[in-house]
Amino acid sequence: MAQPLVKKDDDRDDEAEYSPFMGIEKGSVLQEARVFNDPQLDARRCSQVITKLLYLLNQGETFSKVEATEVFFAVTKLFQSKDMGLRRMVYLMIKEISPSADEVIIVTSSLMKDMNSKIDMYRANAIRVLCRITDGTLLSQIERYLKQAIVDKNPLVASAALISGIHLLQTNPEIVKRWSNEVQEAVQSRAALVQFHALALLHQIRQNDRLAVSKLVTSLTRGTVRSPLAQCLLIRYTSQVIHESSNNTQSGERPFYDYLESCLRHKSEMVIFEAARAITELNGVTSRELTPAITVLQLFLSSSKPVLRFSAVRTLNKVAMTHPMAVTNCNIDMESLISDQNRSIATLAITTLLKTGNESSVDRLMKQITNFMSDIADEFKIVVVEAIRSLCLKFPLKYRSLMNFLSNILREEGGFDYKKAIVDSIVILIRDIPDAKEAGLLHLCEFIEDCEFTYLSTQILHFLGIEGPKTSDPSKYIRYIYNRVHLENAIVRASAVSTLAKFGAAIDALKPRIFVLLRRCLFDSDDEVRDRATLYLNTLGGDGSVVETDKDVKDFLFGPFDIPLVNLETSLKNYEPTEKAFDINFVPKEVKSLPLAEKKAPGRKPTGLGAPPSVPPPTADAYERMLSTIPECANFGKLFKSSAPVELTEAETEYAVNVIKYIFDRHVVFQYNCTNTIPEQLLEDVIVTVDASEADEFSEVFSKPLKSLPYDSPGQTFVAFEKPEGVPTVGKFSNILKFIVKEVDPTTGEAEDDSVEDEYQLEDLEVVASDYVLKMGVSNFRNAWESLGPDFERVDEYGLGPRENLAEAVNTVINLLGLQPCEGTEEVPPNSRSHTCLLSGVFIGNVKVLVRLSFGLDGPKDVAMKLAVRSEDETVSDAIHEIVASG
Amino acid sequence: MLYTLFRPKAMPFPFTLVVRKASLCSVSATMSTETCPSVKNILLLDSDGKRVAVKYFSEDWPTNSAKENFEKVVFTKTQKTNARTEAEIAMFENNIVVYKFVQDLHFFVTGGDYENELILASVLQAFFDSVGILLRGNVDKKEALENLDLILLCIDEIVDGGIILETDPNVIAGKVASNNIDSGAPLSEQTLSQALATAREHLARSLLK
Repeated sequence: MAQPLVKKDDDRDDEAEYSPFMGIEKGSVLQEARVFNDPQLDARRCSQVITKLLYLLNQGETFSKVEATEVFFAVTKLFQSKDMGLRRMVYLMIKEISPSADEVIIVTSSLMKDMNSKIDMYRANAIRVLCRITDGTLLSQIERYLKQAIVDKNPLVASAALISGIHLLQTNPEIVKRWSNEVQEAVQSRAALVQFHALALLHQIRQNDRLAVSKLVTSLTRGTVRSPLAQCLLIRYTSQVIHESSNNTQSGERPFYDYLESCLRHKSEMVIFEAARAITELNGVTSRELTPAITVLQLFLSSSKPVLRFSAVRTLNKVAMTHPMAVTNCNIDMESLISDQNRSIATLAITTLLKTGNESSVDRLMKQITNFMSDIADEFKIVVVEAIRSLCLKFPLKYRSLMNFLSNILREEGGFDYKKAIVDSIVILIRDIPDAKEAGLLHLCEFIEDCEFTYLSTQILHFLGIEGPKTSDPSKYIRYIYNRVHLENAIVRASAVSTLAKFGAAIDALKPRIFVLLRRCLFDSDDEVRDRATLYLNTLGGDGSVVETDKDVKDFLFGPFDIPLVNLETSLKNYEPTEKAFDINFVPKEVKSLPLAEKKAPGRKPTGLGAPPSVPPPTADAYERMLSTIPECANFGKLFKSSAPVELTEAETEYAVNVIKYIFDRHVVFQYNCTNTIPEQLLEDVIVTVDASEADEFSEVFSKPLKSLPYDSPGQTFVAFEKPEGVPTVGKFSNILKFIVKEVDPTTGEAEDDSVEDEYQLEDLEVVASDYVLKMGVSNFRNAWESLGPDFERVDEYGLGPRENLAEAVNTVINLLGLQPCEGTEEVPPNSRSHTCLLSGVFIGNVKVLVRLSFGLDGPKDVAMKLAVRSEDETVSDAIHEIVASG
Repeated sequence: MLYTLFRPKAMPFPFTLVVRKASLCSVSATMSTETCPSVKNILLLDSDGKRVAVKYFSEDWPTNSAKENFEKVVFTKTQKTNARTEAEIAMFENNIVVYKFVQDLHFFVTGGDYENELILASVLQAFFDSVGILLRGNVDKKEALENLDLILLCIDEIVDGGIILETDPNVIAGKVASNNIDSGAPLSEQTLSQALATAREHLARSLLK
């Protein structure tokens, strides 16, 4: 190996500091490791070589399999040396290499010898090494020694054995669990850390046995626990016990609270803090219980130690979210922390103050924050901006100073995330505080005059287009918008054109001026900008005179785009160019729910090559496309909903038929998908005759027969009904498949001439209320719920009778209503006694519906349910109750 | 065909190695969710952010580059703070980092988001003080590198697999330093050869400078 002895160090300057490892090379160190094989061991030199090897590993160097094995074998030779320092390095080295199972055998005997040595240091370290590298089989051999070691009178040895026990519990629990007597004894040890390790292990052994943990806590909280660390552990276990017991007993004195409170007077700060934090996190903590904890945290706030201040302010910040009043006592201390050297502490202090502050202190607070903002990093600024936003929503009267603050910081330097946080905040304030609208919009306009982020510019332009026309003087925004068409990139220009058009459509007086501007955009260099300008000039219509804008045009410009983009994309892909134009009305509005497996493990599935692309089954879309080919359906209007296929025949019968229900405002179309499974038959003039005698509000409009149905190639026949507009008309339909059979010669495949008329009884089909409900998720249920208001709220209670479990009851109701579960509330935690489920959707006639279901177990199996419905129409709210009552 | 013939013979060796590593990582992964306080890493960096000695107990940073990246972020964000008299504290990537500087050495201890900050601070203090004792008060990078064995042993005595082993600096330093007293070896020879080696080293160092 011709390695250069000294490799040129890549330090910047020549006067690099001296380092004993300067120019170190893996190859040469591995060569040096040969001294381990010398018959006369030089302990000092060997130690140095091991240090070098460890240095290399520490710097991120890796050893190949062969190299590692070689080093390992060489190191094992060093057990011959009696030098303690060297032995210590050998232990460290073996742990770092982590030898494979068959290599371990070589050191086992040496380590076992050390485990029984008289020297405590050998015993302690040999245990740690052996437990680190051993596997289950070897463990049973050394178990006896480990049990002894746990109760060894030397604390080093006992701790080593206990810690090894904690590690081994993960891989060999059954063995470690046999040691609980010894561990129990070690908990009583006089050595502080032995007690800590023993307690940790004992708890882990028993953690699944609630009663045992509770007993452990009860006995230890009465006795004396010496080490602060062990005391911290005990506090954590105690709060676990409190948490679990409070689930069962709702009333009465909280157990163990006195213990936690007494820990607040412990002499170690670590314990005081642990106890204070535990108290603040108690379930449903009362302000009386909180007070002593807040008091000690307040003392920490003025400590000279940053760690103490940080821990206290972080905890108080969390408390402020749930109990802002409890924290207000600390406000003076908090305010002095705004100038804290440590910016994390200062940010936490500010956000806490913003949460707890009252209306009168806002102005003073804002002054302090302004100075503070200039010298903190973006990540902290975002936190502050969000806190200010919620403060402003809390005190709407203070919007002026808060909005000013936001616009000031918007002008300063900052990254995208920071700017986005500010813009989002202003937008939210404009939406929620009407008085703030005009000022906020102008701030945004000024911002886009000099905005380097395309995304933010387009978002603001879109927002301006919606909110701008509603202000008292919309014309003043036009200049800002039209400037974009001159100065920005194509994406911003295009969105500025759209915004201009919206102003033109909304305000008739501005129309002539907007037309002039839009016409100029026709000469833009970018296709999209020109296309948009042309489109808007045409849709706004007229010659640019002051005329009233059509309602249709307004809908087009301002109406919500309620078609999911995914569905539009699929429909466009499926569209085949024919004379018939693509009709957006046939794009389904329903969000296709993801396959269940994917929903359950979001993000856990491998993405990339291993993961199959998730494509919804294409059949449903293909069917919908077929519907669009029927001219009679064209005047039915927009498709509201299409159902999943319902089977009308048993599997493996002669003719397989399923049906898809299409719901329109005034019509219902049944699409029968038929498959002929008999090779010797050709079916012709296939039609389903529907008897609607049990569905008297429906009247048949037309039926479209299928000309021929050869073997194994599915065909469709349609039947359409008219029904009262916008109401969830239900009914039951009986179906008979009628057709003409022709015999087919299987060898030639030709059909014979003589034909026989035949019919085939299908199962009944029902149109139910949930067919008129569309699954449509909302992103924030609470907001949506409150914005709908209680005007058309209908609440009632139902008994669902005995059910398997709560989850089954919840599922049944969800399926019955056909609404979209929100925020993952369809998942019922196992063994829960009550559950709240949030559903949302759209009822026929485009009426938004939100449902809040509260389930509770009443007795062993009986499920009771409270159903609260809010919608835009009281008849719809009643209809939802109707579905449940009849279902 | 070749593949199926040769694969089984070559497999067992590296395979067992992989299994060991995996089981180890699962230990530390589950540890962090337990209620037992745990340390994710201990770092000793120099004034350029380069490693002097580091030890990771958690699998949050599986590769060396992930580790180096974390060290870089932590170093650059804490560099300008004054952590020379009292230990300072910051949060990175949902981890709490407590740190203290002396001369050209930066000491860091990292724990999870939920960890009791004061426990982490006590670990940092233990590390900081025991290094001070072991280096006899001359705590700087040069001295630390020359006694790297002591530093590594010191970390090994403070935390084992993420669990705090000892926090009393005198006990830690005692455990590390006791190794330097050679018991079984022939005393006279050892000291002579040691003296020679030390002299050689000093000579080499002065030449290098």
